[in-house]
Formats: sequence, structure tokens, C-alpha cells
Amino acid sequence: MLLQVKNLRKVFTVGLIKRREIVAVNNVSFQVKPGEFLSLVGESGSGKTTTARMVLKLLQPTSGSIMFEGRDVLGLRRLEELRGYWRQVHGIFQDPYASFNPLHKIDRVLNQVFTLIEDSGVDRESMIKEALREVGLPPGDVLGRYPHELSGGQRQRIMVARCYLLRPKLILADEPISMIDASTRASILQLFSKLREEYKTSVMFITHDLGLAFYVSDGILIMCKGSLVEQGSPDEVMEHPQDPYTKKLREDVPLLYKKWDGF
Amino acid sequence: MALLEVQHVRAYYSTRKGYIKAVDGVDLVQEKDVITGLAGESGCGKSTLVNTLMMNVKPPLHLMEGTIVLDGNAISKMDRATLKKKVWGVLVSLVPQSALNALMPTKRIIEYIDDAISHHMAVSNSEVASMARRRFEELNLPVETLTLYPHELSGGMKQRAVIAISTLLNPRLLIVDEPTSALDVSTQKQVLKMLLDLRKAQIIKSMMFVTHDIAILRQIANQIAIMYAGKVVESGSATDLLYDPRHPYTRGLMNAVVTPEPEVRKRGLISIPGEPPDLLEPPKGCRFHPRCSRAIETCRSVEPPLVREGSRHLACHNPLPA
Repeated sequence: MLLQVKNLRKVFTVGLIKRREIVAVNNVSFQVKPGEFLSLVGESGSGKTTTARMVLKLLQPTSGSIMFEGRDVLGLRRLEELRGYWRQVHGIFQDPYASFNPLHKIDRVLNQVFTLIEDSGVDRESMIKEALREVGLPPGDVLGRYPHELSGGQRQRIMVARCYLLRPKLILADEPISMIDASTRASILQLFSKLREEYKTSVMFITHDLGLAFYVSDGILIMCKGSLVEQGSPDEVMEHPQDPYTKKLREDVPLLYKKWDGF
Repeated sequence: MALLEVQHVRAYYSTRKGYIKAVDGVDLVQEKDVITGLAGESGCGKSTLVNTLMMNVKPPLHLMEGTIVLDGNAISKMDRATLKKKVWGVLVSLVPQSALNALMPTKRIIEYIDDAISHHMAVSNSEVASMARRRFEELNLPVETLTLYPHELSGGMKQRAVIAISTLLNPRLLIVDEPTSALDVSTQKQVLKMLLDLRKAQIIKSMMFVTHDIAILRQIANQIAIMYAGKVVESGSATDLLYDPRHPYTRGLMNAVVTPEPEVRKRGLISIPGEPPDLLEPPKGCRFHPRCSRAIETCRSVEPPLVREGSRHLACHNPLPA
């Protein structure tokens, strides 16, 4: 097992005088196998991004455990241990624009990857160029340019190019295609499939898009109000949903080949 | 006679680098009692088009050419004051894309309604209040909403309130621009349901629905027009366009839709190579030709006109076989 999450819980305390507790993630357990594509599906506020942030060790859980390749992730404290973990578990976020500093050329976001790679003897420039070619970006078109000069699709590809440099074992992709035009979406998804074929990379898609989850993943986890309400293969979850929330979600998603009742 | 007729409309944004040709020669007809879906990717000019066809044109946007006739009135020749008084809100209402954030946080919902109506009629505050209350009841919206501030409403409730306000004067045409893209699927369905309720109650008979989400159009649109790089490339009945597209771009868009259905998994997800063009300098000939697998020599030099083909309109030199 690559990743094993058990009884993960995150409680936020809000308010200065009148303190109130919000349970953002409640007793969430799941596991990811090597080479597996998993989708964590939920609407805004369901706790899916909070879960991803805890797995990425950007946020400390209130309780629960996260094991990566049998090692306790929550116990990692020293910087080099953390760097080692982030090299293997990498995050890609919804709006790639927010991941770039608008004042720096995009070369920087690629060069930063090398702070996670210990080997200092590598030829950075040729590695970056190779990674860019892997994701279908001619290096001459993007290197030396500023984030605003690139399209949303190109920025998203650069984030995937970072994965080609790092070759992580697990990618957490938070809404990786929601900002991208429909016609170029498939090509981004193909990049993830290529990583899986070449390096057995696992991907966890964090998304509200049930169609995407159904189409790309081996397994779907449905999250609602902080809890996992259902998990199974895409066909099980879509054809025979057990939980009332999943049933409602399935009824409310607009389909291409079937009209809603009364519409 | 059609409710809205748009002929050869060009609307450009002037910038220091030149004109951005966001709407570049569009012909479009909106029939009465029909929901038309206007679809296309981001930056294809669909929001600019709907603003132009109700003559909401302010610099840097300029109407360069074309005529727009709405319900028998040549609105492309009217000045802003006349439009405000006689057209907007009465003949046509637009619910803009950012409507969820358009409400001022310090005003109660009822104050908006007061403002909206006082532009068009001389009525007292209490008359406005009872009009609003009746309309909210008609649409099954909680009447208490009227006295609340925008931040006290959920996203879906806010959107429904904005639509209710925009349709208070029963405009002949309602235009909604991406009304559901920021909402959860269940809330999205409620908003779409409300739009259909407006039609059932005969408050709004004709509607134009702008979206990038083809599956939503499948649910509510009768007619669909597909836009690419400032032009309409194909239009016709929703079933014709969705299940039997003739323009390679329309087919490309359909192939990129992923919904949780076995048919979609069987078909696969196919992308269109490349990216939409820069509208400062769109490609010569057919604007889609650099990305098109069916492009022939003519496509590179001659711009295809939008012509009638049976029950649809199509702008393509080498369309898919029927």
C-alpha cells in the first residue's frame, strides 16, 4: 500500500469570545495503491481540500494517522525528512496562476523543484527542457516568459512538468482541469496517464466534477460535510449508489444522454 | 417574426495593441418562446456578444458594424438614455456572469427592487413591495428574503433573487450569462428549475442561456448556437447539434464533455489539439483551421460564411457528413 489514511479528523476552532468548533474532516479513512487513480469527490465545503492539505502535510490533523509506504507521515519533523516526503507526494492546485509569482519568470517555478532534489550534479537546464517537451510545451515558447503571458492550459502544463522533474509516487491534484477549456482538458489528463504508465505514479484527484471522476479513476470516494459517505469503483458508485447523498448527487448532475424529469 | 435579429454584428475592444475582435461578424436569430443556448469556450466572445445584442456597449467596447432589431425596435440606433428607459429591464434583461457579487453588501434586497423599478415607472415604495412579494411567492422563493442583506443569502438563493429582480418587469427576452457555474450541482439544478418555472408561469417566454457546459444545455435549451473565436460556427436545434454535429469544432466540444454516463466512457475523451487563437490577430480563412483535422486548402484562405443547411446554419468548407 502506498498511502494509508486512518480516522483522519480536523477540527477548526473559530471565534475569539464565543468559541465554536467546526469539524472540517471527520473520521476519514482510505488507501491508495501504487499506480492507482482515485477521485475524492465533494462539493465546496465538504472537506476534500482540507483532507488533501493534511495528506500533503501542509496542515496538522487533530487526530488520526497517515502512513506513506509504511512510514508515519505525521511524525516527520526535520526539514530534510519533509523534503523527502514532498519529493514523493506532490500537490497540484486548482488555479495554477496562484502557484506562480507574477513578478518572476516561469523558469523559477521549475527551478524550485531542485530544492527538493538532493543530487546537485544534475544538468538542470536540460532536465527542465526535457520535462517541458514531455508535457507538450516547446521550451523556447515558455522559458523566459512571465506567468501572465501564458494561457491557463500552458500554466497547468507547467505544473505537470514539475511532476516530470520530481517523479513523485503520489500526486494530489486539486481541481486540475476546472480552469481549463473543454477542448484542452483531455490532453492534461493524458499527461497523468503517461506518468502512470512510465513511473507507476498514483494520482488522487480532488474534484467536484463527478463526470471527471467517473471517467478517469479506478476508485471514487464521495465526501459530504466532512465525512466519507461512500466509496467504490466508478460503476458501483454511479450505478448502485447506497448513500442518500450520492443518490441525490447522481440525480442532480446534468447528463448528456438523458434529460432530467420535468425538464 | 423573430424576437431578436442580429445581423453582421462586429464589436471590438480597443486596446493599445489594436482591436480585440471579440464579436466579428455574427448573425443570430432568437425566436419567440424558445430557449437558445449560446456555447463556447472561455474567451470566444459569448459574453461580449450578449452584452452587444442588448446594446450594453461601453468603451473600450465599440459596436463597429451591424444591426440589432429587438421586438421590432432597431436598438442598435438608440442612445443610452433611450435604451435605459425603453429597452433594458422592459424588453430585455441580462443577468450578468458576476451577478452573485453584483449586490452591494449594504443594501437590502427590496432596495434593489425599488431602484430597478423606479427607472421605469412612477410607483410608491409600498406598491413596489407588494409587487415584489407577489413575484417571490409566484416563484416559491421565501418572501423573508426581501428584507435580508446579500451576505445573509446562500449562493443559490442570491442567484435566484437576482433572476427574480431582473424579471420583475416581465421582459420579452431574458439573457442569463453562466448563471450556475459557481454553484454546487444541486443548487445549480434549483436555479435551472426556477428558469423553467418562469416560463411555465409565462413571465418569461424567450430566453438566451450562455454557458460553457454542454450538459446543462442538453437539459434546458431548444436551440443551440456554438461560438468560436468571435463567430457563430453552427446553430440549430439542440438535438441536431448535440447528437449530429456537422462542424468539426462542435463535434470537438461534444467529444470533450465528460458526464458520468456509460456512453461517454465508450466514446472516450478526445481533445482538440492546440489552443483558441488570440483575438487581436485571429487566423486568416476559417479561424478554426489551425486546429481542425478536416481542414482543406480553402480553409486557410477563405472565411466560410454561415449558410443554411437544412434546419441548421453552418460555417464550414468541409463539414462532417450528415
